[in-house]
Amino acid sequence: MSKAVSALSGAKFAGFATVTETGLRGMITVRGDLASKEMAAAVKSATGAGVPDQRKVSVGDKGKVAWMSPDELLVVVEYATVLDTVATLTTALAGSHALVANVSDARAVFEISGEGSRDALAKLAPVDLSKSAFAPDEIRRTRIAQVPAAFWQTGDSCFEVICFRSVAQYVFDVLRLSVTNGGEVHHLV
Amino acid sequence: MLTLQCPYCGVWAEETELHAEGEAHLKRFGPGSSDDEFESYLFMRENPKGVHFERWRHSNGCGKFFHAARSTTTLEVFGTYSAQTLEPPQDIKDKISAKYPNWSWRDFS
Amino acid sequence: MSTRLTSGGRLLNKSKQVSFSFNGKKLTGYEGDTLASALLANDQMLMGRSFKYHRPRGVVASGAEEPNALVNLGAGGKFEPNQRATTTELYDGLSATSQNHWPSLEFDVGVANNYAARFLPAGFYYKTFMAPRAAWKHVFEPIVRQSAGLGKAPKDRDADRYEHYYAFFDVVVVGGGVAGLQAAKAAGQAGAKVLLMEQTAHWGGRAPVDGGEIDGKSAEDFVNATVAELNAMDNVTIRSRMMGAGVYDHGYMLGYERLTDHAPAVAGPRHRLWRIRAKQIVTATGAIERPLSFAGNDIPGVMLASAVRDYSVNFGVSSGDRTVVVTNNDDAYRTAIALKNAGLEVPVILDARATGGGALADEAKALGIRVENGKAIAKVKGGKRVTGVAICAQAGEGAVLEEIMCDAVAMSGGWSPVVHLWSHCGGKLIWDETQAHFRPDPDRAPTSHDGNGFVVTAGTASGPLLTGDVLADAQSAGIAVAKAAGFDGAAGAAPSAEAQAEAGMEPVWLMPQGAGPKLRMKAWLDYQNDVKVSDVKLAAQEGYESVEHTKRYTTLGMATDQGKLSNINGLAVLSDALNQPIPATGTTTFRPPYTPISMGSIAGEARDEAFQPLRRTPIHDWHEANGAFFEPVGQWRRPYCFPRGSESHADAVTREINQTRKSVGLLDASTLGKIIVKGPDAGKFLDMMYTNMMSTLKPGKCRYGLMCNENGFLIDDGVVARIDEDTFLCHTTTGGAERIHGWMEDWLQCEWWDWEVFTANVTEQYAQIAVVGPNARKVIEKLGGEMDVSKEGLAFMSWKDGKIGDFDARAYRISFSGELSYEIAVPASQGRAFWDALLAAGEEFGIMPYGTEALHVMRAEKGFIMIGDETDGTIIPQDLNMQWAISKKKEDFLGKRAQLRDHMASPDRWKLAGFETVDGSVIPDGSYIVASGSNANNQRNVQGRVTSTYYSPTLDRGIAMGLLHNALDRMGEVVEFNKVDGSTVKAKVVDPVFYDKDGEKQNV
Repeated sequence: MSKAVSALSGAKFAGFATVTETGLRGMITVRGDLASKEMAAAVKSATGAGVPDQRKVSVGDKGKVAWMSPDELLVVVEYATVLDTVATLTTALAGSHALVANVSDARAVFEISGEGSRDALAKLAPVDLSKSAFAPDEIRRTRIAQVPAAFWQTGDSCFEVICFRSVAQYVFDVLRLSVTNGGEVHHLV
Repeated sequence: MLTLQCPYCGVWAEETELHAEGEAHLKRFGPGSSDDEFESYLFMRENPKGVHFERWRHSNGCGKFFHAARSTTTLEVFGTYSAQTLEPPQDIKDKISAKYPNWSWRDFS
Repeated sequence: MSTRLTSGGRLLNKSKQVSFSFNGKKLTGYEGDTLASALLANDQMLMGRSFKYHRPRGVVASGAEEPNALVNLGAGGKFEPNQRATTTELYDGLSATSQNHWPSLEFDVGVANNYAARFLPAGFYYKTFMAPRAAWKHVFEPIVRQSAGLGKAPKDRDADRYEHYYAFFDVVVVGGGVAGLQAAKAAGQAGAKVLLMEQTAHWGGRAPVDGGEIDGKSAEDFVNATVAELNAMDNVTIRSRMMGAGVYDHGYMLGYERLTDHAPAVAGPRHRLWRIRAKQIVTATGAIERPLSFAGNDIPGVMLASAVRDYSVNFGVSSGDRTVVVTNNDDAYRTAIALKNAGLEVPVILDARATGGGALADEAKALGIRVENGKAIAKVKGGKRVTGVAICAQAGEGAVLEEIMCDAVAMSGGWSPVVHLWSHCGGKLIWDETQAHFRPDPDRAPTSHDGNGFVVTAGTASGPLLTGDVLADAQSAGIAVAKAAGFDGAAGAAPSAEAQAEAGMEPVWLMPQGAGPKLRMKAWLDYQNDVKVSDVKLAAQEGYESVEHTKRYTTLGMATDQGKLSNINGLAVLSDALNQPIPATGTTTFRPPYTPISMGSIAGEARDEAFQPLRRTPIHDWHEANGAFFEPVGQWRRPYCFPRGSESHADAVTREINQTRKSVGLLDASTLGKIIVKGPDAGKFLDMMYTNMMSTLKPGKCRYGLMCNENGFLIDDGVVARIDEDTFLCHTTTGGAERIHGWMEDWLQCEWWDWEVFTANVTEQYAQIAVVGPNARKVIEKLGGEMDVSKEGLAFMSWKDGKIGDFDARAYRISFSGELSYEIAVPASQGRAFWDALLAAGEEFGIMPYGTEALHVMRAEKGFIMIGDETDGTIIPQDLNMQWAISKKKEDFLGKRAQLRDHMASPDRWKLAGFETVDGSVIPDGSYIVASGSNANNQRNVQGRVTSTYYSPTLDRGIAMGLLHNALDRMGEVVEFNKVDGSTVKAKVVDPVFYDKDGEKQNV
């Protein structure tokens, strides 16, 4: 796997918040009956986490699971273990009508950290990011400027944004503009 | 710029997260249908001033198609509901009736 | 003259002098000045010229409603025209120039229009420039262009940056006067999350200027105390220099925050456009004073009474030494009193009301000011500056009773609530007879998604004009919106304010009431666009009865101020001319934004590299580093060709094709859509999606398929691979992945929701590289790995997973070029490494990448169709002779029923054929195949058209595909394609497969 590279090779920009491409991440699209016992067992064995509720992220010892739609989950694990996890899920769901697809290479992941991270994201996504509205265990699928994206919190003032790999440079550019010094909003804390 | 609540993921999405997908509750006519039936399926659309039923897709979101009942004049939204149904749910029809007692739309009233 | 006073200037920091320039002249002002107040302090009353007659124009207002004082501001990348001097905060180094004059502000040649004004009435342009047609280009347009226009268009790129910001509130209050402050406080105390915005840099609005006491404190102290309280509330956000620009559906509104206009040296975005969702909105937007219509009311020095007061109190500036006040209401007396108290002369107050004013009038008289009731201005004297007024009786026709020397006139025609934001989203107005203005009708508020009103007015925006009423109204508005948003915590009590009784105003729409044509021609309604009372009367006379028509005919209210001063006066004049009450005439439509906002703020971050998303393949960087010439395909950038050195694009394409056909070439095909379709019903589903039978495809095999919409027209094509019994992988066109994935989901979610099928768009998971040419197999074999890519090991139209080199790969034996070809997918993260490995392995074979143009030419040589070339949304597969790809066994597929319609089955539909030019030249793109005769429009009849046309290096001649009437029966016939120069090019109708008709080369 040494020749595997992420879209922007860890690009980083520090303004009033810091934007970092986090590198490759294991990601698996799982579609099926989220309420089934088989799904619960498959997800558990793959990540240690339970099937999350609507728009939630559940965390286990081997990875986390995000609710994407009523019949779709995103399983997130370390990139190095993704093929094993795909195999685990595929085997566990073999008897059910389900789809397991490795999408790790189709994505780019950015971290936005620092005190202004909420404001930085609020410049690009039509989402209420105030603490009272956006829960710490929530995933939101929306758009970042002109492209689809999803994000969740990894800390009090730390977010991860996921987008398609082909638009990684665009997303990095708009995030960079968003955190550039002088653009502090001092609204969401 | 309107907002609709996606009935699948619960998000109150604004128009930039949605995609309009035309009229709701069209009945498909395929091979074996008459020319009139097929013409009506392909081309004949309601264009009401008032209560209307539409399809939307939460395209910058969970990706699901859903139905919305709203007024084209006031933009009041009577409700959004599943795409896997052939007619609007009763509670939404009741809500419309409360506002427009004599409304009708295609076969619904 | 206008000058700086020693007293007054509550907004100034007199310890800090600021230098600036106007038309190159170095001037100074103070921190806290606006450009307008600083110019007045330097006796610069003349600030611009009007649009049509180039008449001298002085500042008339002190805020956003200003129609006259527009300047070009800044230079280079910071240049911006049409900036209002009244809302431009002064900063050190500010440089402004006046607009709309030539050669100079003081002496303007265009003022000749003024002397011809009698010949330039409303509708002049419409009436004059009708014919002859040719005169437009050579006579009228150059003249109009020379004389029209306000500021200059910027020449340089905007050097500033801009951004958007999405924000969500229970309550947004627009307007930071005492009403807005009180409403925000009440809503905040009730528990709502509140945003209060104020367009200027200062809180309090008019109250601190007008004086009076609130809760026993001065208005200024009340404002400061309330701002401090709001600042201390966690659930309340207050922002100054932020204008409520527009109110839209479902509680959407725009807040236009000007971050660095007042301090351009500060780093950071210049403007931030807040895209706000509010459950409830309070418009505490105040009111705007109306001018009076009398002859000469546009001469510099004639100003709104409130503005004269503002300049004196806020900025310590006198607008003139001797100011005549003319009014139809009590409020203007405050100006006279303020001026007198500042030590300035007020020779007379002309009160148009026969019965005169109330307590304020008594106060003025007590100060020794002469007050004349029932009197009016017959005419203002002066040119570039007021020199005096002629006085007459308001009731008469303008017989002059007396002339008085003065250098300023402060006028007040009453006040109109600022209803713009209320009206943007459908709030209705009612006519208030007592105040002679339109005010919001609280029973007909704009409604939101739940059918309930979401905008409430507060303060003078509601209509009440006395401070006590204003605060009570604001308090109840604040409580009401908080409740509507779901908060009913206890709000404090409304502050009390002394209410000074005022005598009622009397509407005055023309001064004097019986002014004849001569005076009406000099009585301005719209200062910027030069619309006079006489123009509106003429419009009415000529049948423009609708206010919207009159607006466009006369240009009343069409200037950059959008009629903030002129609208009510104009429609009162129109109503009078039409002999109908004002509410019957109605208002024009109020549209956002409230005042012009910058284009940059609308674009936000979307400029330069972030203008639009560019999609890049994993191999994009290599293309860029190796001189690729890119073409846009959807949002992707794909290499069109890879020119070397000074090579032309055409030569590069020829080289790439020749090398590929002779040896081996590489194509980055990563952009092709890839969609997994899985489930027990996947085969059945794909049989509906494609015109072909897909359910019979064997695992390990590939099949080319066509997709149509329900109209029967082709929408996409591509190769489908069956992965296992339950799973297919569908390739789409480059631009089609998201569209086709959505199309599949549409049918699965909305029509066949009981079918067990899941889809996943995995387009970007893979880098896909086509290795093409007779030496393709040798290159792949050279990489090693366990995959058998021999003719037998991986047969044409099959696929296989395995190792190529040490890459996890999936190889498809498919060909879009007619050559031996492998399309190999590897994980996107290894795409670049795999590309590099192929280049290295292929070196000995002269391997080279080829671009989309070579791809297009090679597929055309093979007669393969391209979605978007051979199809244009009206083409069915039968038109392209692709019956072989339409299953006859299937009862149904998308498009089948449509293809049975009469017109689709007609033998007269144009059919696909190949074309070889007789002279070997290339048929121009877009050519039609002409037929004999011409149609009713005298255009040549046509019998077909070209769809793809290229120079073929393989055949060394022009080849084309196209659609032709009865094409299949006309092989060998010579037809003619038209050219732009009117001539034609002859071409022979041939089979569209020009190269390797038997397909032997791809199947080796």
